[in-house]
Amino acid sequence: MEFKQWDGFDKSGEWTKEIDVRGFIQANYTPYEGDDSFLADATERTKKLWDKVLKLYEKERENGVLDVDTKTPSGVDRYEAGYLDKDLEQIVGFQTDAPLKRAIMPNGGIKIVEKSCESYGYHVDEEVNYIYNNLRRTHNDGVFAVYTPDIRAARSSHLITGLPDGYGRGRIIGDYRRVALYGVDVLIAEKKQELDILNVDEFTEEVIREREEIHDQIVALEDLKKMATKYGFDISVPAQNAKEAIQWLYFAYLGAVKDQNGAAMSLGRTSTFLDIYIERDMKIGSLTEEEAQELMDHFVMKLRMIRFLRAPEYNELFSGDPVWVTESVGGMGVDGRTLVTKNSYRMLHTLTTLGPAPEPNLTVLWSKNLPEGFKKFTSKISIQTSSIQYENDDLMRVTLGDDYGIACCVSAMKIGKQMQFFGARANLAKTLLYAINGGRDEKTGKQITPKFAPITSEYLDYEEVMDKFDNMMEYVAKIYIKALNAIHYMHDKYSYEALEMALHDKEILRTMACGIAGLSVVADSLSAIKYAKVKVIRDETGLAYDYEIEGDFPKYGNDDDRVDQIAVDIVKTFLRKLQKHQTYRNSKHTLSILTITSNVVYGKATGNTPDGRRAGEPFGPGANPLHGRDTNGAVAVMNTIAKLPYEYSEDGISYTFSITPGTLGKNLETQEKNLVSLLDGYFKQTGHHINVNVFDRALLEDAMEHPEKYPQLTVRVSGYAVNFIKLTREQQLDVIHRTIQEKF
Amino acid sequence: MIQGRIHSFESLGAVDGPGIRFVIFMQGCSLQCKYCQNRDTWDLHGGKEYTVEEIVEKVLKYKNYIQPDGGVTISGGEPMLQLTFLIELLKALKKEGFHTAVDTSGSFSLTDKIKEVIDLTDLFLLDIKCINNAKCIELTGVSNEKELQFAHYLSSIKKTMWVRQVLVPGYTDDESDLKELKKFISSLSSVEKVEILPYHDLGKFKWQELDLSYPLEGIRTANTEDVKRAKRLLDIN
Repeated sequence: MEFKQWDGFDKSGEWTKEIDVRGFIQANYTPYEGDDSFLADATERTKKLWDKVLKLYEKERENGVLDVDTKTPSGVDRYEAGYLDKDLEQIVGFQTDAPLKRAIMPNGGIKIVEKSCESYGYHVDEEVNYIYNNLRRTHNDGVFAVYTPDIRAARSSHLITGLPDGYGRGRIIGDYRRVALYGVDVLIAEKKQELDILNVDEFTEEVIREREEIHDQIVALEDLKKMATKYGFDISVPAQNAKEAIQWLYFAYLGAVKDQNGAAMSLGRTSTFLDIYIERDMKIGSLTEEEAQELMDHFVMKLRMIRFLRAPEYNELFSGDPVWVTESVGGMGVDGRTLVTKNSYRMLHTLTTLGPAPEPNLTVLWSKNLPEGFKKFTSKISIQTSSIQYENDDLMRVTLGDDYGIACCVSAMKIGKQMQFFGARANLAKTLLYAINGGRDEKTGKQITPKFAPITSEYLDYEEVMDKFDNMMEYVAKIYIKALNAIHYMHDKYSYEALEMALHDKEILRTMACGIAGLSVVADSLSAIKYAKVKVIRDETGLAYDYEIEGDFPKYGNDDDRVDQIAVDIVKTFLRKLQKHQTYRNSKHTLSILTITSNVVYGKATGNTPDGRRAGEPFGPGANPLHGRDTNGAVAVMNTIAKLPYEYSEDGISYTFSITPGTLGKNLETQEKNLVSLLDGYFKQTGHHINVNVFDRALLEDAMEHPEKYPQLTVRVSGYAVNFIKLTREQQLDVIHRTIQEKF
Repeated sequence: MIQGRIHSFESLGAVDGPGIRFVIFMQGCSLQCKYCQNRDTWDLHGGKEYTVEEIVEKVLKYKNYIQPDGGVTISGGEPMLQLTFLIELLKALKKEGFHTAVDTSGSFSLTDKIKEVIDLTDLFLLDIKCINNAKCIELTGVSNEKELQFAHYLSSIKKTMWVRQVLVPGYTDDESDLKELKKFISSLSSVEKVEILPYHDLGKFKWQELDLSYPLEGIRTANTEDVKRAKRLLDIN
């Protein structure tokens, strides 16, 4: 391949011969080891434009949504071009024909679309309604057509919960960089070759399905070109400068969010890729630092304006209006050079030029070998904005190399070479209660699982409980995989992510990403049973509904092996049980310990537990201890969580850490240094993920009472950042009560 | 094997010495500071007993966080009340290569054992209760004579110290006292840092839990303005 747009690039390696974005990056990027002093402030144009965005946000908050197009089922190319202010915008493109106007995506499920519209006072167009209720099956309908009674029971009792059977699964990252580097025509040609490979003698179901998928991918790529044409760009060819590279890349991403309302629509790892274009432009004198920052600011503004139409229940589960435009920044290359570039700084600097925000979900890939200047810089931005999460590059690079990105919160995948079937999570706290009650629900008394023998003794015996818990986990694992297989079969069939998958290789690794909720509750409960005495309180039908604890017991979150090891064993055991079951498309079983903010919802659905937690109280978020249980300080918590084995939980282990500025140090400089030490320590200890929040309790309490004063206050929760004032009051209280590390 | 009485441990200390620190709160105190935020550490017979080995084993678990910039801070209570144990603990921590800090009132005669502690410690967090002796006695029940001598001794052997002053409105914030304190500090040669700790009442519940009346009831907490003023008078940042 040869393009004049590639003039000035180092063409060594394979990247000009085949699709190889990593090869391009390795041959061309400029590692940056300096500090943040080169950064430029927001331009006047940026300030004006951002001001307009903020005004739109304000209008949007009045009704929850600004506007909805109820007529046009969304797709890559279904809308005319839309602008906020054509003269100011350096990067263009909206999901519909106007900013913040939401689209309907009924392929996922028409009922959800109807419900979402109605909750904001809109009605779905009659024709659309008719088509999707009578002529065209949706993902949601497909799943419920095949769900078995045991899956339904486990689902409605919240034993398995948050399943993507009523919303888009997301968590697929297209390699959006390919569009900028190669132009769409090269990608189409590549897909046509793939079709040719699939012209085989044995025309099996698998081959046919794959041919249909690639056919759809080509259509999606054609649509992508058409969509860009409406904005006046020809993206069939490679981008020729930084502005075009950002625009092309954004169009590719925009196509994906026009096509899919996925639970997480992540961006990948784009900053260092884009830095190559910026450096090239600067070398020939066609771009200044101010202009480079402006381009990144305008790009990020667009990412902050991605919107989906979702029902209020969904928002309750996921806290506000999340998109998870996760962008992974930094990390080290396998050759030992850092992947930090000046554009890694610019990306994080948008939190200053535009102020804090949950989106894009900025994720720093941390290595002990990151340049010190970059460590200090990220630490400073964390302290000022609480908008960054950190993940362990030294841990992930071992298996994933140096061109992976994070989908959603903590799910790492090789960009363009791997995808996942998102599987929400199994409520293991409830599983434990079912083990005690022989499969009857502790709240309703209903028999949810087949009848197992319940425990009848007055005091719980550790061995007996473990034995029964093991059996119940076995059952839950079986039902869980059954449900996920049904969901992803139907998602592929009725709501296939054609554009995102068009930006992948033909041969990809698929993972079946299962999850655990309630880990710390289970660990503490088993610890109480083992080290203290736990008396069971039953009703007249023999249903255990409460527990009395006599004596003290080691609690998860205090770096105490006696209980931490229980948690480790549960993680290992549960993954092994999942692995016994055949998965859809032979995907690899993985596990995450992540709840986002749904720890509140899961807790609500779970009765009293043997650790003393009261019915309805929230679980700890992700892998956090239950709040108030950790009494030895945050570093002890870090050690506990770092013990959880990443090898058995490759889809991520999330820890949310909140601290007051005064506890972290007496002035900003000390705080920055101390945060770096904490992160270095946690990751050396093999911790996987950490959210860092630095704020005073008083500030959050004030924001609850006077939300209008804090339009941009951002708080990190289990893998994600949220706009604090968009949380429900219940979630706000949970964030405030959750162990904010305060020392006096 | 020698055991020490320990009140509690804090794995994330970021304000008691440089870097990230593992903080050991020792049990027992002989002063009676009215503003004490750890009233529950006074009782000499309270706490839980640990051997030096047990504590070192705990600290080692946090090595990744506290090295290279941080260390171990021994606070309390008053660590110097368990001298023999303290000496063994400091020796053991030193052997493992940890930076050590001792948080003390310094109200002790300079015996050989005290001097040994001083030798084994990298940094002293020295709480000057109040430079005005009459007020010091009122506030803590003890004269400040010994602690000032202690400070002079540290200075004479060039032992690094951070001088700390709890700022209690109406007690320790008098302009002339603060000026006097400044004079005293400038007479010392090895002061690395001077810290103002604004008085707060977040430890009040600990008094209430012990069924004790809170001695500073009605005294307001120090605010940012108070701290700024004190810093100005002490001529520090």
